[in-house]
Amino acid sequence: MTSAVLAFEMAYWQQSVLRSVGVLAAVLLPAGTIVYLFLFKMMSFMQSRLGPNEAGPYGSLQLLAEVGKWIQKEDIFPAKADRKLFAMAPYIVVASVLLVYVAVPFGPDAWFARLDTGIFYVLAVSSISAIGVLIAGWASANKYSLIGGLRAAGQLIAYELPMVLAVVGVVVQAGSLDLFEIVRMQAEGEIFGLSWFGNPFILTQMVGFVIFMIATQAELTQPPFDMPVAESELVTGYMTEYSGIRFLLFFIAEFASAGAFGIIAATLFLGGYWLPGLDMHADYMNVVGPLVLLGKMLFVTFIIFWVRFTYPRFREDQLQKFAWTLLIPLALVNILATMVLKVAF
Amino acid sequence: MTLLAAANGISLPGTDDPINVSQTVGFALLAALMIWAAIRVVTTRNVVHAAVWLVVVLAGAAAQFILLAAEFVGVTQVMVYIGAVIVLILFGVMLTQAKLGNDPNLSRRNWYGGAVVAVVLFGLLAFATIDTFEDAKLPEDRRMALPAAEVGDGEVPRTESNTGAVSDAVFGAYLLPLEVLGVLLTAALVGAIAVARKD
Repeated sequence: MTSAVLAFEMAYWQQSVLRSVGVLAAVLLPAGTIVYLFLFKMMSFMQSRLGPNEAGPYGSLQLLAEVGKWIQKEDIFPAKADRKLFAMAPYIVVASVLLVYVAVPFGPDAWFARLDTGIFYVLAVSSISAIGVLIAGWASANKYSLIGGLRAAGQLIAYELPMVLAVVGVVVQAGSLDLFEIVRMQAEGEIFGLSWFGNPFILTQMVGFVIFMIATQAELTQPPFDMPVAESELVTGYMTEYSGIRFLLFFIAEFASAGAFGIIAATLFLGGYWLPGLDMHADYMNVVGPLVLLGKMLFVTFIIFWVRFTYPRFREDQLQKFAWTLLIPLALVNILATMVLKVAF
Repeated sequence: MTLLAAANGISLPGTDDPINVSQTVGFALLAALMIWAAIRVVTTRNVVHAAVWLVVVLAGAAAQFILLAAEFVGVTQVMVYIGAVIVLILFGVMLTQAKLGNDPNLSRRNWYGGAVVAVVLFGLLAFATIDTFEDAKLPEDRRMALPAAEVGDGEVPRTESNTGAVSDAVFGAYLLPLEVLGVLLTAALVGAIAVARKD
């Protein structure tokens, strides 16, 4: 990314520093956008209220005010908590999200790391956050936190599987785990003899897309799958005892991972950084590509948050039953159909 | 020759290559971290702490795989061990005995039996590794080259993704063992459910 945009050669360590800063920006910007657009403004609109409107024009600086507030707050440790693990847990969750962004293709040269195993790597590192959540729930020395952590882990395990299986359909169709290759196959593919808009996999993998989005909703522990943080019964579950900057980290991780899953869904199903009419290998794509991807991510996260603010909560047993008896068999049938059609055509 | 290389006709990284210094340094640092974490796994008096130290050991193993250009194996290590096995261990510990603080009954009296097994296992693995790879070093270009026979004269050998090489081996030469393993694991899963079910 950096070498192509700035058009001069840099030492390896300079590139690495720039890429690390780039990952931070790539995580924080979408997260901030999502919080302001959806959590503050869209939610208020759907609930017939104004939402934050004092800080800055249209309340756009509210988020900075909130961050300032959290940083000032006292960093409280419960008396019986396991201090080391309690302090560590939010960082594990945030690290998991940061690692997801590393593999995302933003443009032909705009990437942080180019991995052979692209999507497999993304699914692997996104599952690390379950450890952070479990540790947070246990180290808080609080029954509500423990129940929340257990619920979260059970849910993450149950919905990891349909998500992976939904992605397998895309991988079979693209013939590669590499995210760049998946984008290229969508840009250069054709469907029913039409090629001008490529072949975004949402057309052929509609079932996979729906399963992926449902699993995403569950992985993010958002309504209707928010039993782990159910505020009315568990007092926000594993986050109960956290305050100040550690709560802020959980908060950032929650919305950054919403952005991460939005970007991954956009890359897998909506054609990634490519749009019809653009040359996906051209240099200008290093600037346009990230913007296109951001737009697609906002579209996907809009759906995620629309569902979040609309549906009531499932029961715990309904959630497990839904994953194991409906989503997983459906995803397996989808893989089978994809493989048969792949061989047939 | 390793089995993978023998099956695909891919030659091992040459023994004439220069030593990759940064890789060796990285290996040493990761190995030291892993050994320290492994010692802490068995000496800590807190079950959850042991599980977290185990995460460090397994993550170190994943990093070692990536250092050896076995990216797919490294990611699988993260997916299976850190993402699933450790989560299940923590899940089990928290469901059964979620007490905080140290547990004095964690060490058993016959721990030295385990130590003997560990030393024997280390010897076997070390012998197998040294016997297989001898003086082979990791090349600077970490991607496997295609066999020389497929490359024409004057052509630069095309490199292929290592992930592709792994999948060719698994779904080619090792297809039958893979299928048998899959059936065995499924049978184990069904058996476990049958045993655990009360009704």
